[in-house]
Amino acid sequence: MNSKPNIAFVRDHMDAAMPPPSSEVGALGWMRRNLFSSVSNTILTLLVVYVAYLIIPGSLEWSIFNAVWEGTDRLACATTQQGGELPVGWHAACWPYVIAYSKLFIYGRYPDPELWRVNLVLVMFFAGLVPLLMPSVGGKRVNLIFMLGIFPVLALVLLSGGNFEFGQSFWEKYAIFSLAVLVAVFLYMRATENSAMGAVKSTAIGLAIFAAVILFISADFGLVSIETPLWGGFVMTLVIAVTGIVVSLPLGIILALGRRSQMPAVRLFSVIFIEFWRGVPLITVLFMSSVMLPLFLPDGVSFDKLLRALIGVALFSTAYMAEVIRGGMQAIPKGQYEGAMAVGLSYWQSMRMIILPQALKIVIPGIVNTFIGLFKDTTLVSIIGLLDFLGMIVLSHSDPKWATPVQALTSYLFCALVFFIFCFSMGRYSIFMENRLNTGHR
Amino acid sequence: MKKAIVSAALGVAALGLAASGAVAGTLDDVKAKGFVQCGVSQGLAGFSNPDDKGNWTGIDVDLCRALGAAIFGDSTKVKYTPLSAKERFTALQSGEIDVLSRNTTWTATRDTSLGLNFAGVNYYDGQGFMVRKELGIKSALELSGASICTNTGTTTELNVADYFRANKMEYEIVAFEKADEVVSAYDSGRCDVYTTDQSGLYSQRLKLTNPGDHIVLPEIISKEPLGPVVRQGDDQWFNLVKWTHFAMVNAEEMGITSANVDEKKGGDDPAIKRVLGTEGAFGEALGVGNDWAYNIIKQVGNYSESFERNVGPKTPLAIARGVNALWSDGGLQYAPPIR
Amino acid sequence: MAEENTASTTEKPKVALLNDPKFRSYIFQGLLLAVIVWFFWGLASNAAHNLAKAGIAQGFGFLDKSAGFGINFSPFIDYVETSSYGTVFWVGLQNTLLIAVIGIILATILGFTVGVARLSSNWVVAKVATVYVEALRNVPLLLQILIWYKGVGALLPSVKNTVDMGAFGQLNTKAWFAPKVVLADGAGLVFGAFVAACVITYFINRWATRRQMLTGQTFPVFLTAIALMVLLPLITYFLKGQPMSLEYATLGRFGPKGGARVIPELMAMLVALTTYTAAFIAEIVRAGILAVPAGQSEASAALGLQRGQALRLVVIPQAMRVIIPPLTSQYLNLTKNSSLAVAIAYPDLMAVFGGTALNQTGQAVEILSMTMLTYLAISLVTAMFMNWYNSRMTLVER
Repeated sequence: MNSKPNIAFVRDHMDAAMPPPSSEVGALGWMRRNLFSSVSNTILTLLVVYVAYLIIPGSLEWSIFNAVWEGTDRLACATTQQGGELPVGWHAACWPYVIAYSKLFIYGRYPDPELWRVNLVLVMFFAGLVPLLMPSVGGKRVNLIFMLGIFPVLALVLLSGGNFEFGQSFWEKYAIFSLAVLVAVFLYMRATENSAMGAVKSTAIGLAIFAAVILFISADFGLVSIETPLWGGFVMTLVIAVTGIVVSLPLGIILALGRRSQMPAVRLFSVIFIEFWRGVPLITVLFMSSVMLPLFLPDGVSFDKLLRALIGVALFSTAYMAEVIRGGMQAIPKGQYEGAMAVGLSYWQSMRMIILPQALKIVIPGIVNTFIGLFKDTTLVSIIGLLDFLGMIVLSHSDPKWATPVQALTSYLFCALVFFIFCFSMGRYSIFMENRLNTGHR
Repeated sequence: MKKAIVSAALGVAALGLAASGAVAGTLDDVKAKGFVQCGVSQGLAGFSNPDDKGNWTGIDVDLCRALGAAIFGDSTKVKYTPLSAKERFTALQSGEIDVLSRNTTWTATRDTSLGLNFAGVNYYDGQGFMVRKELGIKSALELSGASICTNTGTTTELNVADYFRANKMEYEIVAFEKADEVVSAYDSGRCDVYTTDQSGLYSQRLKLTNPGDHIVLPEIISKEPLGPVVRQGDDQWFNLVKWTHFAMVNAEEMGITSANVDEKKGGDDPAIKRVLGTEGAFGEALGVGNDWAYNIIKQVGNYSESFERNVGPKTPLAIARGVNALWSDGGLQYAPPIR
Repeated sequence: MAEENTASTTEKPKVALLNDPKFRSYIFQGLLLAVIVWFFWGLASNAAHNLAKAGIAQGFGFLDKSAGFGINFSPFIDYVETSSYGTVFWVGLQNTLLIAVIGIILATILGFTVGVARLSSNWVVAKVATVYVEALRNVPLLLQILIWYKGVGALLPSVKNTVDMGAFGQLNTKAWFAPKVVLADGAGLVFGAFVAACVITYFINRWATRRQMLTGQTFPVFLTAIALMVLLPLITYFLKGQPMSLEYATLGRFGPKGGARVIPELMAMLVALTTYTAAFIAEIVRAGILAVPAGQSEASAALGLQRGQALRLVVIPQAMRVIIPPLTSQYLNLTKNSSLAVAIAYPDLMAVFGGTALNQTGQAVEILSMTMLTYLAISLVTAMFMNWYNSRMTLVER
C-alpha cells in the first residue's frame, strides 16, 4: 500500500475541478434556481413581472416623468379643456401645489413670525429622541426624564405661549389638597410602623414638582398666545401621537400591573377598562370626546377641542399599551418574582427594581409598534374636524386656486409617502431592537 | 420618586374634576374673558369662510363681529370655532361657544328639544337643486331615479326625503360629512344632483371644475330660515344677540351706513338718535354700552352692507337680495322698532 | 410551619392592622371602588344637570320615532324614510357586519396567499410580496380608503359610458348594477336543500375520516361535497318550477336603475380594508409557518407527501396554533376599522346611526353609548368565537 503502484490506468494526480456549467452560476444560474425552477414557477414569475410592468412604469410616469414641477396656480396643472396649457388627456402629479402648500402641511395655520417656536420644539424633540433610541448611548435615565417629563411641559409652553390662567381658587384648593395628602401619607406610614418622614418628603416633592409645573405654564414668558385652532399640519400629528404615547406609558404600566394584581376589584376594573377601549373603534372614541364629553363636564368647565381629542387618543392608546406591557411582564420568568420576594422586597419595590426594568426592555419593539399604529391612527382626528396632516390636505382641496382633477391624488400620494417614510423607518428600528434583544436572551 | 409622580397624577385628576366655577350669565362671562367665542362653519363662502391667512369673513361672521362691537366697542374681539354640522349643537350646549352663527336652520325640534333658542333670521334661504346642463332637466319634478349628493345630518337630507316621497319619485341619497366631499363627489359623477340651501349651491358651484356646465333648478323645496342660536335659559344674552341683528336691519331701514353714521349721529331724527344711543338708554337695558348700535354700524355696517359685501351681486356668489330684502322693499327682513 | 416548629408560642406576631396584607388590600380596593363610584356619579350628575339645564330630550324614546331621511344601501332590511330610528340602527349594523364578514373572508384569502408568497423560493414573488406588505402596512388606513375611493371613482366608467357586463349586470361610476335575485314561493326549499347538502357533507366527512383511519382508503370528500352542494339545490330548483329569477337593471333617465346595486363606497371600503388587513395577516401567516420546525416539512417529504400536501396537511395545521390568536385581533381590527366608512359616505353603523341619527335627534349620549356598546359586543363575540376555535386547535399534549 505504501509504494506507488505504477499502473498507467490509475490516476496519480487529481484534475482541477471543472467550473460548474454556465447555466448554474452567475446571473443565469441564479435566475434558473430562483425564478424558473419549474414550469409553475416560471408561469408565476412571468405573471408577476407582467403585473409589475403594468404598474411600475405607469406610476413612475404619473408621479415623476409626466408630472408638473413648476407653476404658481392651477393653470400650471390644467389641460386646455380646463383652461390651462397641457394637452387634453394629461393626468399626472401636480407638485407645485404641494410645494406651495408645504408650509401649511407642516405647520398648519401657525403664524409666520412665531414659527421658530415650533421649530425649536421639533429640534428638542429629535435631539431628545435620537439618543434615546440608540442603545449604545448612555444616560438613558436622564434622557427618559427629559422626554417624558420636561419636554412635554416645554413644548406645551412654547407651542401655546404658556400664560395659562389658574386663578386663586385653584391654588387654595391645591394647598388644601396637598395638606390633606401629606397628612394622609403621614398617618398611613405611622399606622404601618414605617418611617414616616421619608414618604412624606417624597410626596411633598411630588406635590411641589406639580406646583412648579403649574407655575411654569402659568408664567408669562412674553410669548404670543397661539390658540389650538391655529395649530395643525404634521406638527399636530406629532403632538397627538407623542402625547398619546407619553400619557399611555405610565397609565399603561399601572393598568398592566392592575390586570395582574391579586386584588379582584383592581383586576376587574383593569380588565373592563382595557377591554372596553380595545373593543371599540377609535373613531367612536373621538366622536365621543368631541360631542359627548362636553356634556359630562361640570358647569363652566369646557375643554379645548384638541384637548378633548387628546383625551380620547390617550385613553385608547393606554389600553393597547397596557396589553403590550402585560405581555412583557408575562415573559419574565417566575423565578424573578419569587427571587424578589425572597430577598424581602415589597410589591412596589420588586416591580420597580426587578420586574418592570426587564419587562419594559423586552417590550421596546412592542411599544414602537404601538407608536406606529398610533401615529397612523392620528389621521382619524381629521374626521372630527381637526386639521392634522391629513385634515390640512383635505382642507387644501377646497382652495380654488389649485383646484384641478389631479390635486387630490397628488396630495394623497405625498401624504402616503411621508407616512411611509416615518412608519417604515420606525418599523425597521423595531426589528433592529428585536434582534438585539433576542441575542441578549439566548 | 414613583410615589411622588403617582400622587401628583391623582392630584391632577381630583382638581380637574373639582375645578367647577360658579356660572354667571353668558354676557358676564363674555365680558370677563374679553371676547365672544363664536361657532362658525368649517368654510362656506359668503357665510363663514377663512381666507388663507385665517381671517374669517361672511354674513354669519359679521353677526359675531357685530356682537363684539356691541359689547366691547371692538369688532375684532371675537374668536371663531369652526364646527361640523354634527358638533355644532353640543358645542353650544356645553358652553364651548357663546353663540352659534353657522347657517343653521330654525326648526321646531331644534328650538324645543335641543335646549336652544334661535335669536332671529339673518338669511332666509331655501333648498334647491343643481344638475348638469347636459341632462337637459328643467324642473326638479324630472329628477325621479337620480342619485343625490348632500350633507349628512342636516335638514336638507330630510327635505329631500319629504319632497321625493310627496311626489312619488325614486332617488338614491349619498350623504357626506363635509361640504367639500359632497362637491367633489358630485363633480366626479357619483351623483346626478347636488342639493343644499340655494345660497350654498351658488357658493359651492365655484369649486366645480367647470362651473358653467351646471345649472341651479328653479324649485325651492323648503323654507330654511338661517340664524344665530344661543343657549336656552339666558334671556339677557338671548336679547342681546336678537337685538344685534335687529339693529343692523333697523339701520338699513333708516339709511344709516358705516359711512354716514357719524353724520347721522349729529342729526335730529329721534328714531335715529334712539338707535345710536344719544337718546334713551337701550344699551343699558341690554347690559352693554348705550353706543352699542353705533359701534355695530360704524365697524360692521348695516344689514345691507353686510349682505352686499359677502354674498351680494358684486361678489362671486352673485346672490340677489330677493326675500332677504327689507319688508318695505317686498322682502322678509323686518325688525321691531327700537323704542 | 416554621412557627410551629420553633413553637414555644402559637400566637401570631403582633402586626399593625394596616400592615396586614389582607386588610390593606381591602382598604385599597375599597378606596378604588369609592373613587370609581365617585367619578361615575360625578359624570352622571353632571350629565343629568347639563341635559336638564339645556332642555335636551333624554331616553330611548327616539328609537320609535320616524327617521325621515333616506339610506342608499340596505341589501337585506327593508328601509323607507318612514322607518324608525331603531330600524336605522339595524340597517347600520347590517351594513357594518356585511362589510366585516366579506372583508374578513377576502382578507384571509389574500393574506394567506401573500404570506405564503413571502416565503416562496421564487425570488420575484417573494420580493413583490414583501413590497406589498411594507407599502400597505405603513400608510394610514384612512388615507388608503380616501385614495381607493378616488381611485374607484376614477377607474369606473362614467354614466354615459356604462359598461354592460352581460349576465353580471352593468357597471358605472354610480354603482355596479348586479342582477337581483327575485324569490317566489318555494325558494325557501332551495335554500333548505343547500343546508341539507351541507349537513350531509359533514356526516360524509366524518364517515370518510373514520374509514381512512380504519382502512387507509381515502374518499373524494371535496368533490362529493361540491357535487352535493350544487346538484341538490339545482334539482330542487327545477322540481319546484324555478322559483328564483334574476332581475336586471333597466335603463332610466339617469342611467341604469333597479337590480341589486353595489355602491362604489362599498367597493372602495372592501378593497381598502381587505388589502390593508391582508398585509398584516400575511406577516402573521409568515411568522406562523416559520415557527413550524423545518423537520416537519422534511419528514412529510420523506413520507412522500407533495409540497402542497405537506403544506396543507402538516405545516399549516401546526402553524394555525401560532396564527390564530393574532389573526383574531386582525379580524377585530378589520371590524372596528370598518367604522372609517364615515369618511366616504358608506352607510355603516357609525355613519348612519352614530352620524346622521345623532345629528337629527341631538341625543349624543344615548346614540354614542349604543354605538360603542354594539361595537364592543361584536368584538367580544368575535373574540369568544375565535377563542373557542383556538381551544379546539391547540395541541393536546400528553
